[in-house]
Amino acid sequence: MATLPALIERVRQTQAWKSVFRRGPARSNRTRSLAVFGNLFLHYLPVKVRERALRVRATYYLGSISLILFLVLSITGIFLMFYYHPAVPQAYRDIKDLQFVVSNGVFLRNAHRLAAHLMVLLVFAHMFHVFYRGGYKPPHEFNWVVGVILLLVTLFLSYTGYLLPWDQLAFWAITVGTNIISSMPVVGGRVRFLLLGGNLVGENALLRFYVLHCVILPLVAVWFIAVHFWRIQKDGGLTVKDTDERKE
Amino acid sequence: MSENPKAPGNPDAPESCEKCEVGRRDFLNEISFGALAVAGLGSAVVSYQYFSPNVLFEPPTKFRAGSPDLYPVDSVTYLQDQLVYIMRSAAGFWAVSAVCTHLGCITAWHPETNLIQCPCHGSKFKQDGVKVAGPAPRPLPHFSITLSPDGELVVDKLETVQPSQVLKV
Repeated sequence: MATLPALIERVRQTQAWKSVFRRGPARSNRTRSLAVFGNLFLHYLPVKVRERALRVRATYYLGSISLILFLVLSITGIFLMFYYHPAVPQAYRDIKDLQFVVSNGVFLRNAHRLAAHLMVLLVFAHMFHVFYRGGYKPPHEFNWVVGVILLLVTLFLSYTGYLLPWDQLAFWAITVGTNIISSMPVVGGRVRFLLLGGNLVGENALLRFYVLHCVILPLVAVWFIAVHFWRIQKDGGLTVKDTDERKE
Repeated sequence: MSENPKAPGNPDAPESCEKCEVGRRDFLNEISFGALAVAGLGSAVVSYQYFSPNVLFEPPTKFRAGSPDLYPVDSVTYLQDQLVYIMRSAAGFWAVSAVCTHLGCITAWHPETNLIQCPCHGSKFKQDGVKVAGPAPRPLPHFSITLSPDGELVVDKLETVQPSQVLKV
């Protein structure tokens, strides 16, 4: 009976393993670096970080928590899509079904809703924290701009998701919100018409907000999140301040 | 071949021909980017058209409001399906929108104050649509109101008219 380390070693020697992991075990700094460089899912992360940047008070992990919430929202959102029709009046009934009929539906719906609220909160907190640390200063200016775009995408995601339950709150929130849009000079009325697909918050508006919420905005978010993480590394890592050095 | 100064791969090849005004590379670049720009602009226009619906399944904006006898003199009648007030005074009929000009909430007629009031942000309007309080930027619009040949009131919500315009019956 082979011991576990011996078993792992035997798996590592197989052709299949070697075809996936071209480099040997990550035992030295060099092979550890190569493992990160050679992995699609890790290559945008830094190979090494300063210890100070890992302290809780350096970031409070606000960005990481925002990312985790985005993942939670993606997963719960995909689960909700299995029961939701973006149609009038079926959308409202589907939400009621999710709440009262579907097993664990109320958990998923509430998880999605709570995570959405938390994500808006966390993204704002992340932004304030970066601002007060001076994280927007060179060489991080571009990543700050990407962060502002991500904040807007988060808010648009939140806003488009607001209409989907198709209840009174949703209807009036979108009515008021799109009327704010129509007060934009010159193009306001056209933008509102295009966004709603009509003059009223109706079937077209529900479908358009659904597509924006479930396809377009998440794709934009994923794209900019990738750029955001990539740029942290390319701009020389997280902002580290002298005060992070103090030990308590 | 190596004698040709413009041969591809020759490090000394000039970026563009000095004698002619536009080199081949510049010309091809301009042609291709120009074609891309035209195609991009065209797709933008076509996409814009695609996203503007031509047929809307919204309630008709022109509707019959019944016989004038249904509305007593000095009355305000709220038509819930159409979001319109039909007002009648001794002078005649007029139709006022019930949608607040601030952010689109539905107003309500309050007979005790003789005012139209918006529940969202507190705008108040007189019976002729003129704002007396609140954030609404414009008075409530008046809609065209006419008599059909068979003697019924017809309101067209796409056609706004001057507040002075009153239908005499």
